[in-house]
Amino acid sequence: MNWNKIYALSLRHIYLIKGSFPRILDLIYWPTIQIFLWGFISKFFTLSSSYYNNTVGIILSAAILYDFLFRSSISYNMMFLEEIWSRNFTNLFIAPLKLSEIIAALTFTAIFRTLIGLVPAALIAIPLFGVSIFKIGTPLIFLLLALYIFGVTLGLLVTSGLIRFGPSFENIAWASLFFLAPLGCIYYPIEILPEWLQIISKLLPLVHIFEEMRNILIYNIINYVQIFKAIFISNLYFIFGVLVFYRSYEGAKNRGTLINMGE
Amino acid sequence: MKLEVLNLSKKFNNVLAVKNINFSIEKNKTLGLLGPNGCGKTTSIGMMLGLITPSSGKIFIDNKILNSTNRINLLSMMNFASPYIELPKKLTVFQNLNVYARLYGVKKVKQRIEELTENLNLNEFLNKKTGELSSGQKNRVSLAKSLINKPKLLFLDEPTASLDPDVGDFVRKYLENYKSENELTMLLASHNMKEVERLCDNVVMMKKGEIVDKGTCKELIKKHGRDNLEETFLKIARSKDELE
Repeated sequence: MNWNKIYALSLRHIYLIKGSFPRILDLIYWPTIQIFLWGFISKFFTLSSSYYNNTVGIILSAAILYDFLFRSSISYNMMFLEEIWSRNFTNLFIAPLKLSEIIAALTFTAIFRTLIGLVPAALIAIPLFGVSIFKIGTPLIFLLLALYIFGVTLGLLVTSGLIRFGPSFENIAWASLFFLAPLGCIYYPIEILPEWLQIISKLLPLVHIFEEMRNILIYNIINYVQIFKAIFISNLYFIFGVLVFYRSYEGAKNRGTLINMGE
Repeated sequence: MKLEVLNLSKKFNNVLAVKNINFSIEKNKTLGLLGPNGCGKTTSIGMMLGLITPSSGKIFIDNKILNSTNRINLLSMMNFASPYIELPKKLTVFQNLNVYARLYGVKKVKQRIEELTENLNLNEFLNKKTGELSSGQKNRVSLAKSLINKPKLLFLDEPTASLDPDVGDFVRKYLENYKSENELTMLLASHNMKEVERLCDNVVMMKKGEIVDKGTCKELIKKHGRDNLEETFLKIARSKDELE
């Protein structure tokens, strides 16, 4: 074996990692998030193992709703990434399109991609595990709406990063959702988090959405104020996402990255 | 459409990519934008397409300044083709042209697609995925996309790069015919000097972000005492190296 050649080949990847902050972040990110998420889940089950005793399927319902959020965000990112991968990016941005039209098109199309993923999963869960998210009833529509708006917002923020940093930001696109999983209190109540993290968590719509889902499924209590609070917070994030997207677009025009973005 | 570029500059960080360039293209004329790689042609085209914000200077299209207010309106009358940008590979030729026809607000979409695909010999590939086409076929699809909205101002960046002589000649002939039958102002960036001599009324020579010479092909050839545009290009491109 020629160690020089092995070194040269390793060097090729080291250069790639060294030259890209998103790649370094990606390497640090996953183990950290896994430790946080499973640490809190373990803590919850250690302290309150009887919490879910009488209610089958809370975890699965949470997983389905979380997947809905995941799919809506990833669908948004995927559609944008496809334009970059296919080198169609410049064609789009020289077409007489307003940015608001691009955002609207991605937002509306993302729902189809999301539902294609969600509906079969939700239906399969019924005969397979006896769990139906439809048991949530009418509030499910509002919970999904809040999740969708927030998912699209995350998509918008990642898309802004893609415009700003180029395709190397792609890794962040895949990772963005997992960042919020520990803070979103998807599988456990907010009380399980340290107090300082609870303050941050409450700023996210996810806590309110998943707390409400549990309240409905476990206690049969519907609190529309909390649900609409979640929609309101999601909308605030959406407005923030739109502003960031516009700013990134202007930045990209200044840096000239719109004309040569590709694989 | 008339295109006018006034004192246009672009600075990336501390590097001046385009330095104070001035030129204009009269309605229905073709201008060749020439220069060695990295001389600022693509950046200049990017600014004229509204994809890059100039550091200073102005661009007028039919005496209207290109800015964020009227960009959309002006873009609907412009288009661009380059072998360095592509159409989605997984969509068929028809699907791609259909999408862009709608993005550009073309009224009779099907009729326009039929016209273009027939003239560009693309009929038999209409239902084929764009990614499965040869580079010559892709090039013609890209050209069809760039003409889908019957642009009044067309930017072409090396339209025949990497094409065999036969397809290259077909594209040049097509552009000549199209221009004779339609109202079209063209800016052509090319490294093929024979193509430039054949298609362009005027030429602008760029080097290191600046315009170093301009005129008709014949004027430039005569001025630099060369036999053809290729030799003239080489003389201008290497002029500083010779001095050094």
